[in-house]
Amino acid sequence: MSEAGVTFPGARRPSRTRRVDAHGVGIAVYEWGAREAKPLLLAHGGFDFAGTFDGFAPLLADGGWRVVSWDHRGHGDSDHAALYSWQADLRDALVVMDSVGHEPMPIVGHSKGGGVCMQLTEARPHRVSRFANLDGMPGKWRHPDVADHERTKLLASELSNWLDWRQRAGTLARKPGTLDELAERRGRMNPRLSRDWLRYLVTIGARRDADGWRWKIDPSMRFGGFGPWRPDWSLERMRGFPVPLLAVLGLVEEEMGWGTTPDFLAPYMPSDARIVALEDSGHFVHIEHPKRVADLVLEFLS
Amino acid sequence: MTRSEAQPSVVNLKHNRVELALHTLRAGEGPSLLLLHGLGERSPERVPNDFERWPGPVFALDFTGHGGSTVPRGGGYTSEILMGDVDAALARTGPATLVGRGLGAYIALLSAGARPKLVRGAILRDGPGLAGGSARPGTPLIPMPDLNAVAPPDPFALVELAVDVRPPDYATSFARQATHLSGLERPISVCTLERPDWLRAVVDEQGVEACELEDALAIYAARTREPRR
Repeated sequence: MSEAGVTFPGARRPSRTRRVDAHGVGIAVYEWGAREAKPLLLAHGGFDFAGTFDGFAPLLADGGWRVVSWDHRGHGDSDHAALYSWQADLRDALVVMDSVGHEPMPIVGHSKGGGVCMQLTEARPHRVSRFANLDGMPGKWRHPDVADHERTKLLASELSNWLDWRQRAGTLARKPGTLDELAERRGRMNPRLSRDWLRYLVTIGARRDADGWRWKIDPSMRFGGFGPWRPDWSLERMRGFPVPLLAVLGLVEEEMGWGTTPDFLAPYMPSDARIVALEDSGHFVHIEHPKRVADLVLEFLS
Repeated sequence: MTRSEAQPSVVNLKHNRVELALHTLRAGEGPSLLLLHGLGERSPERVPNDFERWPGPVFALDFTGHGGSTVPRGGGYTSEILMGDVDAALARTGPATLVGRGLGAYIALLSAGARPKLVRGAILRDGPGLAGGSARPGTPLIPMPDLNAVAPPDPFALVELAVDVRPPDYATSFARQATHLSGLERPISVCTLERPDWLRAVVDEQGVEACELEDALAIYAARTREPRR
């Protein structure tokens, strides 16, 4: 049960919470399962928070693991920072890992958390034993065949929108609303998740102010943006990925999904890697099918 | 500048949670010049000799984590965020010609592409951080700063912006935007000896010329003063 008294079948709040200092940015860390069990890192995706694992993490904990997750900077109960970047998330993840132990440990990462932690694994292969990626494998380049002048126009409006928004970023606040309104808003980005689950998430990922509930996530973060990064770069390194790899894909395309298919991915995978595609799942494979995905992961880790 | 003229002054601008120091090195009428320092540097205290003859006001911006600007906690630098720093400065100065050293040259290019109506020419010069990381990522790395270093400059900026990837086709897309949308015949002037991959690609673009600093300054100074936004 969450603090606000909202429950969801099977959902369990973490057994322990603590904070680590990631070079001046406070990171909220959560643990499910026995303190003395073997540790496993569990990383959430962009615009999520560790509480979105309240259904999935207990299943891994019940499978014998000490499951350690954290809110990325700017997300959930971690500090809002002045700057956000992939590299910063990577460094924060390493701080969390250091706080858990120095023996190699498995990592399970969803979406962007999968991408960030795969790079962590490539940079620190001796710290990781196995890797399970939940619908966070790199996908296709978003605009592969757009004509050059079209891309220029597209970039021009993206850039000016982004800069206009940066000028306002310091003054933005999340919009307050009732618990149901926040659940409804999140439902637009998570159309396949149940209303009851989204209501439950509000009570963890949002706080209750005098004028209503507000998502805790830093209002200066937003979807989209741009930069030089291309998924091809991670794809090309995938064949040499240093630890056993399980890739779980949700094949139903949806708002937050990456649209990565087994056929696309297979040529890049190490020979001993395993791809499991769930035909009847969207991007949040561990929320839509917690038991099935937990069993897959537990089998992979055993 | 004569002794009777005003001393350099500084204003703080807000960019999200960061206070940026924008220095007015020389006030006055006419076209504005905005100087962008290199990686690990800070704005000069007075108008450098190279710009003595510039016919208008001369400003200089300290990037996030540098000089008189906020040093944020825990890093997270990207060139795009520094482009946002420049945008905050342009919102104050109005249209300006940018002169960037090193890292500041790359940021000047990004700004020229992103705000083609506000950037009245970008002059790219040699300096610390001109190359950046490389055209594509190298071996995956977690940049760790010297945590004992005294900031500014922010040690996170020093390590993160020394490895930021700068694909040539990403850089040229900004140059093209400047050329297509600025209305200037030559929005980018390259005055560097060092030519990392991104800059070698940019210098081949239409609207980009390699030249001496004096020539670039003369071209942009000759343009009539644009109205403030």
